[in-house]
Amino acid sequence: MKVRNNVFSLDSTDLKILEALQEDARQTYTTIGKRLGIAHSTVYDRVKRMENYGIIKSYKALIDAEKAGVKQVTAIMVIYTDPKESEKVAEKLCECLNVLEVYTSLSEELQVIAKVVAESQESLHEFIAKSIAPLPGVLRIRTSMVTKKFKESQPIIVNNPRKLTVAKEKEDGKRKKI
Amino acid sequence: MREEVKRRIPGGVPREKAFYFFTSIGNYTGKSASSLEEFMEKLMEVNTKSLEFHFYREDFEKWFIEVLQDQELAEEFRKLYALKLTGEPLRNQLYKTVETHLKHLTTS
Repeated sequence: MKVRNNVFSLDSTDLKILEALQEDARQTYTTIGKRLGIAHSTVYDRVKRMENYGIIKSYKALIDAEKAGVKQVTAIMVIYTDPKESEKVAEKLCECLNVLEVYTSLSEELQVIAKVVAESQESLHEFIAKSIAPLPGVLRIRTSMVTKKFKESQPIIVNNPRKLTVAKEKEDGKRKKI
Repeated sequence: MREEVKRRIPGGVPREKAFYFFTSIGNYTGKSASSLEEFMEKLMEVNTKSLEFHFYREDFEKWFIEVLQDQELAEEFRKLYALKLTGEPLRNQLYKTVETHLKHLTTS
């Protein structure tokens, strides 16, 4: 991993390590090292550096809520907003624990798109009516209930001969613009 | 109670206590009302689907009682369930009920 002008250049070993961790973050440095034909200390050093630079943000368990017996509804909200207020609407949504993902998008109108979960349809409606609709700049909201999940995963960085560069995020928690 | 209702008519309630019109779960129309007068105006503007959605969920009554503290109007709306109205007849009946109530409040 090279750092030049606050921009990282990940080499193919870094990318292979990331790919391995994304498949299974609980595997040991030794296992990864054996798989890649490098020393476990090399894996350790590179992982620590990628953690320090915020390339590896966290390690989490992916829970299947259905199998865990948690009853909940998932919905995708499209919030049409006044362009002047869209960032604030998105930021407010980020503060809500039941809002899992928030994006801004521009088609014909400026939209904030969010994935939200709730205990029931009724509690989802109450949340939207009491917490989202009253936000300044919200013009209207379209909500689609998720009826069946076919796939859910994190984007996997596949080891590619082409070098991947990642802009350095100086502050923790700073939002990346896509 | 009557005084409280009257007091609320001109100014309206804060934004977070306004009535927000939806057409179904999570689908907000962009129309809201923060006073009874504004509510009456919006009754004529929103899609009848929205009126049916809120009327049969008893959302209007809840707002009258919890926010406007107007038990009488809630009671007037309750009486309308037996008519099983939908569409434009529902809109007209709701409008007429609020209009009569508002006149009653302002003249008494």
